[in-house]
Amino acid sequence: MPRWFHSLLAGLVGLVLAAPILVVAGVSLNARRSLDFPPKGLSLSWYAEIFTDPGWRGALVTSLVVAVLSAALAVAIAFPLAWFIWRWRAPWARAFEVLGMTPFILPPVITALGFLSFWATFDQYGEPWTVVVSHAVFFVTLPLVTLSLGFGAVDRSYVEAASTMGADDRAVLRTVVMPLVRPYMISGFAFAFVLSLNEYIVAYMVAGFTLETLPIKIFNALRYGYTPTMASVTVLFVLLTAAVFGLIARFGDLPRLLGAWVRPD
Amino acid sequence: MIRRAPRSLGEHAPILFPALMLIVFFVIPFGLMIAVSVARRIPGGFYEPDFVFANYERFLTAFFGGVLSFSLELAALVAVVAVGIGFPFTYRLARLPRAAQVRWLVFLLSILSLSEVIIGFAWSTLLSRTAGITNLLVAVGLMAEPQSLSPSFGALLAGMVYQAFPYTVLVLYPALARLDPALVEASRTLGASPAKAFFTVVVPSQRNTIVATLIMAFVFALGSYLLPQLLGRPQHWTLSVLITDQAIYQSNMPFAAAMAVFLVLVSLALVGLALLAGRKEEA
Repeated sequence: MPRWFHSLLAGLVGLVLAAPILVVAGVSLNARRSLDFPPKGLSLSWYAEIFTDPGWRGALVTSLVVAVLSAALAVAIAFPLAWFIWRWRAPWARAFEVLGMTPFILPPVITALGFLSFWATFDQYGEPWTVVVSHAVFFVTLPLVTLSLGFGAVDRSYVEAASTMGADDRAVLRTVVMPLVRPYMISGFAFAFVLSLNEYIVAYMVAGFTLETLPIKIFNALRYGYTPTMASVTVLFVLLTAAVFGLIARFGDLPRLLGAWVRPD
Repeated sequence: MIRRAPRSLGEHAPILFPALMLIVFFVIPFGLMIAVSVARRIPGGFYEPDFVFANYERFLTAFFGGVLSFSLELAALVAVVAVGIGFPFTYRLARLPRAAQVRWLVFLLSILSLSEVIIGFAWSTLLSRTAGITNLLVAVGLMAEPQSLSPSFGALLAGMVYQAFPYTVLVLYPALARLDPALVEASRTLGASPAKAFFTVVVPSQRNTIVATLIMAFVFALGSYLLPQLLGRPQHWTLSVLITDQAIYQSNMPFAAAMAVFLVLVSLALVGLALLAGRKEEA
């Protein structure tokens, strides 16, 4: 394809991808309670409302707490599994790796329904902590993928050198492996964090009636009509998400994490 | 450190926690869902353990058939559009300088992570009467007065392609980033135009990648559960929406579970096919 075609395509794609966000950003600046674009009068009051309105602030805090805890739990599940597969010759352990990848590939509504059946059967339906566990298992794929890449990138000769010098498994893990895989671990955490923050269906099915995360709050609010606060929350979320991925790109190797080989140059 | 099979209990210990978590919180819920799908529904919102196929028999109704065929057609359309735009786009992306690639990847990942709630809200705003693109058309004189373009099939399709596009690009990205540039250079040296090189060298060499990506995008689009509600009309409800509706609002868990089991089987079969197609590429 000629170069101009590709540039045109990239420009159009960028424009279409950005358009809804830009319009929402414009709407969020309206002075009055209306959804006009271009905005009528400029005001940041809808951003202030996220933090002053107890409903929105509560949902934001809930979302952040759930996302931090579930991402941490996802890493806690993924790390020993990825390490075990890397450390030992145990083909059967791959079954657990596949298991960890499955929820991410299947339509989310299936995992959500599975959790709903599960928590209802054990009488925990609606308990806030069930959302944390559900999200951790739902998003365990992400730290699992990044950590597998991370362990795969560890040069085994370092490990051999360390163990020849008398380091046991624990010492090798702490002093050699850990520093090398830490960026991958942080990336896995960040991916899981961002996706948990934005997740709707699992949280809704598991505890939607008792716990209001931000996506649930936006959806509930949509039914009673649109307000500029939804727009400002959306912009806040987009910025937060972009900031997290920007940080991953800054401190990690994003193309490699996404499957491109490192160029020899 | 010798890499051998683990022997003692102590050597197995690290996998205990992840294995337990995945079995208890993924395998068991899955099994329970299958059990619920053959349970008997008690009017009033509950169900009791049983072994009946009444919930599966409802698949034979015209209503379910209609929802199913609409879901499959919509997902197929979304996959074709997303890959059709995504393939040339990703090909170009993988050839950009590294810094530009990273910027695009951050942008795409940010869109991909966005909640369906947010995508639905953003698109319905973009297509609304007060803030939508029709205002732009009015401003340049192509339209008499602004109008709302949502809900409609077009709005739903746009929203779903928007959602599936970053996913499609990220599925295509590894294969296209690893594509040997010598292939295209050779065809260019032999006198092929850039367009000819793209269609006769790049596309055929990535045939299996394209098939695998089409399937993955199809499965991804099948999973969309909110956009049909936010951007479409009731006749645009998909299987995922129906499952949510039956489970939450109609309190018919057995029927919802039966549909979910069906969706799992379809998705797994398709993902298996996609993996097979992807493997052929590597061989």
